[in-house]
Amino acid sequence: MKQSNLGDRDIQLIIGNLLRYGVWTALTVATLGGIIYLFRHDREFVNYQTFVEHDDNIFDVIKHMLNGVFQGYGHSIILLGVMLLFLTPILRLIFSLVAFFIEKDYLYVGITLLVIGIICFSVFFGFAH
Amino acid sequence: MQYYQTIWLSLAQNHTLMTVLTFTLILLLGAYAAGFIGSLSGLGGGVVIIPLLTTVLHVDIHYAIGAALVSVIATSSGSAAAYVKEGITNMRLGMFLEIATTAGAIGGALMSTIAPTSFIAVLFGCTLIFSSINSLRKKQEHAVKTSSKLAILLKLPSTYPEGKTRIAYGTKNVIGGFSMMGLAGMLSGLLGIGSGAFKVIAMDNIMKIPFKVSTTTSNFMMGVTATASAVIYLQKGYIEPVICMPAVIGVLLGAMTGARILIKANPRKLRLFFAVIIIMLALNMVYNGVVGNI
Repeated sequence: MKQSNLGDRDIQLIIGNLLRYGVWTALTVATLGGIIYLFRHDREFVNYQTFVEHDDNIFDVIKHMLNGVFQGYGHSIILLGVMLLFLTPILRLIFSLVAFFIEKDYLYVGITLLVIGIICFSVFFGFAH
Repeated sequence: MQYYQTIWLSLAQNHTLMTVLTFTLILLLGAYAAGFIGSLSGLGGGVVIIPLLTTVLHVDIHYAIGAALVSVIATSSGSAAAYVKEGITNMRLGMFLEIATTAGAIGGALMSTIAPTSFIAVLFGCTLIFSSINSLRKKQEHAVKTSSKLAILLKLPSTYPEGKTRIAYGTKNVIGGFSMMGLAGMLSGLLGIGSGAFKVIAMDNIMKIPFKVSTTTSNFMMGVTATASAVIYLQKGYIEPVICMPAVIGVLLGAMTGARILIKANPRKLRLFFAVIIIMLALNMVYNGVVGNI
């Protein structure tokens, strides 16, 4: 179970790369969206002094975002970048799950599933309130 | 016509008038400074961006928290990538403790939707003061040889690289560390921060894990912890893309510059200097929270 076995070392490299490329992809998309947004809205005024609370379902947020992306809205493309950033740790979790499964470490398969479960719970709990 | 209406409305409500372009440029520069300071002080760029957004740019604290959390995910994933490859991070330990941090983060994120903004501002300021003072204490590398039964059962003891050899370390007090992680997660969800200081205390002071492993594993855990609250933030409307974009890019670039300087300069003196700056920002947050400006 120590790092000396080859499996753990490979997993470290893959997870390391996954995190790195995930972040760069997300940022590239967000920058692109930002540039498009600035070209169209640069002279508008910002006002973020008052917070408008939403109560959206995450699936509606994603659907709305994808619609915007296909119509080329900068705002939605930045959000896509942010979503890709959120997806990076989730991909890391899914990859860990597979890796622990291959290593036949069922205790950690269970622990990883529990963490994924908690995150899913937040998806369903977030808009129930 | 709409132009003048916006101007009039803004003036009527005593708002600071700023165009998207000005706002983006100021935020990009500010976020770069935040990432730089955050990296040199060891606190992370996310925490410095909150006072910048709320007190300088007059952004509501909820949007500030959302943008900070996005920056935390970017910087922590970026640096975690390197540590994981070097084999310093204890991935099993991180995975196990993420049960506590994600659960705590969801609790914290839900609390942030009902807590008064002044309370969030004061709590944020206090957390920041504690973290920056904590970052100044002396760290010595220690490795306990023995482990508790629960730690062995969970396969937490491991090794870390030191030069060409690997040093074995034990793990103690799993339940104590786990509870502290719950608190760290809650603060992360409530304030949009990585709460690295609390994570390191849980591993280094309570579980007796070597400092190097504690800091890198803390970094590794931040992404997943932050994602748990990010989902709630998204649904509640905390994530405003126009604020997030310059914030995350600035913080990441600033953190990269900071990391480069840390290799060359004397970290001890730099840390002290930036800790003082951060404490002043934090006191400013507490003051504004108390008088109700935020």
